[in-house]
Amino acid sequence: MRCRKCKERAVLEIPRHHTAFCKTCLTEFIHAQVERAITEEKMFTKTDRVLVAVSGGKDSLSLLDILRKLEYQADAFYVDLGIGEYSRQSKARVEHFVLTRGIPLHVHELKEDEGAGINDLADLVHRPTCSVCGTLKRYHFNRTAVELGYNVLATGHNLDDEASRLLGNVLHWQTEYLEKQGPTLPASVEGFAKKVKPLFRLAEREIAAYAIVNKINYIVEECPNAKGAKMLLYKDILNRLESESPGTKQAFYWGFLAKQKSEERTRPSMAEQDQAALRPCATCGQPTTAEICSYCKLMARAKKDGPAPVGS
Amino acid sequence: MKVMLNHPVREVEVKGPRRVKELLQELSLLPETVLVVRGDDLMTGDDMLRDEDRVEIRPVMSGG
Repeated sequence: MRCRKCKERAVLEIPRHHTAFCKTCLTEFIHAQVERAITEEKMFTKTDRVLVAVSGGKDSLSLLDILRKLEYQADAFYVDLGIGEYSRQSKARVEHFVLTRGIPLHVHELKEDEGAGINDLADLVHRPTCSVCGTLKRYHFNRTAVELGYNVLATGHNLDDEASRLLGNVLHWQTEYLEKQGPTLPASVEGFAKKVKPLFRLAEREIAAYAIVNKINYIVEECPNAKGAKMLLYKDILNRLESESPGTKQAFYWGFLAKQKSEERTRPSMAEQDQAALRPCATCGQPTTAEICSYCKLMARAKKDGPAPVGS
Repeated sequence: MKVMLNHPVREVEVKGPRRVKELLQELSLLPETVLVVRGDDLMTGDDMLRDEDRVEIRPVMSGG
């Protein structure tokens, strides 16, 4: 198979675009898609300071690689969740990546700062690990970005992540979550960094191919806590649909975004809604809809029920 | 050929020659969910794999 652009040997077919690319044209395609996402969704400019949340996986390391190559001011942030060998491996990948490219890295250690790893914390508060993990990561991503003077927080969520999340929300009619499913969330109130997902135009297979072609040494192993996760089931279903009918995932998610945009003028903006609903957490000062934010509630419960001091 | 699979890591022997898409079919894998890597090179569905090849089938799905 030949590259549709330059006729060199192709390394990846992309059925949803009826095309195939060689290594060089694949890299150019990925860069162009990310640049388009950043511009069209007004994510950031070259004067913004962007903090990229990295996990050691293909998406976040590729995102950091792409933003740096496109000459954006992008640094790295890693949350060490303390999941045994998996966390050791993923942290080593992140450290090697930033060291070889001279990228500043900020690290938050759960075991040091919260006093326990993610599995122990989830046990203490009797909540599913992935749910506790989501609360902790969202909290530290925002807090670290704001405290260190980054005005934008970027994550490696891709088209598959967003389409599967949309499927999950629609299947359960969780309409309150749909509003927050856009690739750009504004810094609507004091204490909130802008949140962006510059990979939302790219399928995870395309990003994995980019990582391999650009020799990014990422962790292939899956987080042990993700086994049996609903999101993987939704991804699997969407992949079956995609195989039979290429373009299904983008039609589903991008169609949703287009519909959301067309209705923008008829309802209050997300920033207006946030400004009406959010106030500083009485404990930590981070924006929240309740008196105490979910992170502080979680930590208070862990301290109360824990056998040893947690987070002190 | 030797085929390395992930999640969990294991190796299986498959008779060559055959095209990448035929290999995936035989292993009941959706092309959308994996990449096939030989050495440093990515393979497309039409690429031919020989008996003496060693390939890795790398999953692309992550928890999200």
